[in-house]
Amino acid sequence: MSETRFTDQHEWVRLEGDTATVGITKYAAEALGDVVFVELPAKGRKVGAGGEAAVVESVKAASEVYAPVGGEVSEANSALEAAPATVNDDPEGAGWFFKLKGVAPGDFTKLMTQAAYAEFVKGL
Amino acid sequence: MDTPELLHRTLLYALHLELGAKMVPFAGYEMPVQYPAGVLKEHLHTRAHAGLFDVSHMGQAFLSGADPAAALEKLTPADVSGLKEGMQRYGLLLTHQGTIRDDFMFSRLAGEAPLYLVVNAGCKEGDFAYISAELKGAATLTTRNDRALLALQGPEAAKVLERHSPGISDLTFMRVVRASVAGAPAIISRTGYTGEDGFEISIEGADAEKVARALLAEPEVMPIGLGARDSLRLEAGLCLYGHDMDDTIDPVEANLVWSIGKRRKTEGGFAGADIVQDKLLNGVAKKRVGILPEGRAPAREGTEIAWNGRIIGKVTSGGFGPSLNGPLAMGYVESEFAETGTKIELIVRGNRLAAAVAAMPFVPHTYKRK
Repeated sequence: MSETRFTDQHEWVRLEGDTATVGITKYAAEALGDVVFVELPAKGRKVGAGGEAAVVESVKAASEVYAPVGGEVSEANSALEAAPATVNDDPEGAGWFFKLKGVAPGDFTKLMTQAAYAEFVKGL
Repeated sequence: MDTPELLHRTLLYALHLELGAKMVPFAGYEMPVQYPAGVLKEHLHTRAHAGLFDVSHMGQAFLSGADPAAALEKLTPADVSGLKEGMQRYGLLLTHQGTIRDDFMFSRLAGEAPLYLVVNAGCKEGDFAYISAELKGAATLTTRNDRALLALQGPEAAKVLERHSPGISDLTFMRVVRASVAGAPAIISRTGYTGEDGFEISIEGADAEKVARALLAEPEVMPIGLGARDSLRLEAGLCLYGHDMDDTIDPVEANLVWSIGKRRKTEGGFAGADIVQDKLLNGVAKKRVGILPEGRAPAREGTEIAWNGRIIGKVTSGGFGPSLNGPLAMGYVESEFAETGTKIELIVRGNRLAAAVAAMPFVPHTYKRK
């Protein structure tokens, strides 16, 4: 059973057990435009909640991707390095950025639910 | 919260919204940064077919007087007097310190005494005040901010424009003519800011929307925003004022010596001439160069450039080139590192990334010279 939550920085995070998969939302991918480069965190790196974890760049600009929850990087989606446009094509699926293990459930439940995020985006 | 800046709109503002543009503040104007196709597709479309740009925010003016060319030569090292009728040329507007106040295009229209000038949007008020004050008594500047300016760029631009302005495809690169386009009187030059063949079309404000719609109705043409305009000009190795040069940079440092007329180099007689002539003779400490990162990571404006760990310069424009399909940049390095092929490092997010000084343009120009 997994659940997806969202941040006001437009990351999504899906929790399965104590492992979280992180990516950027459809809204973020559309706002960024065509993604041409991603920089992913190294496996084993520890990141705190809200810490800089990855970089996503469009033709025009570079943006940070923050870790919505704290944890240790267990995997990065290296397929994005060769095919960064996947972030635009399937931001909330194949376009995931990295996985974190050892995630504290308290970090996760603080984040916005799908409904709350939809409401948040509507207000932007 | 910041106080919202009062932004101007071009005459095509409503059309941009209708086309679904994302509008952003630029040089005091609300401008389309991209349309729904997005920067990447707009860029590639321009290189493959034709793109229409609204550049009406740029400053247009006429300089008249007994000898406007001789007058203008007081402020630019370009050869203005030697410009033949029906020709356009690129020039630098200099400060009295010999630094670059702006870059601009000037034209001598056939059978007309006044020179036609186009300057950068962000500089136009300052430029026009400077030109008027400096040339007082010798020439009179008439600003034409009421006119619109469109750019039609790309390999199919000539074919498209020919349908609306018969005979225009005979015009060659850097030539300018008064002609009619879609029934509207226009000043058309075969120039642009993309490295592609193309045209810049100055029209009366009242005709702006009619002409833009006529060109957009052609199947080859897509509207192009400022995002792709920037990536196109960067691939073409063309400077963006305020980034790749400004009033702290001189023409020699900016690697724009080619825009200084041969006669002017020796004769001088322009603002800051002594300083520029000294730099031409004795060289400069830093130079503008092209840069190609070896990896995929773009190095943005402000990125530090190093050599063996020592900082030797800074990136002034950098990003991703859609046609190049890779990162590219331009910036300033200490002159001893300005040679093409020199291995350098770019400090991106604390990492030293391998790169090399590269020749520009990054993507070959396709101007129609003859």
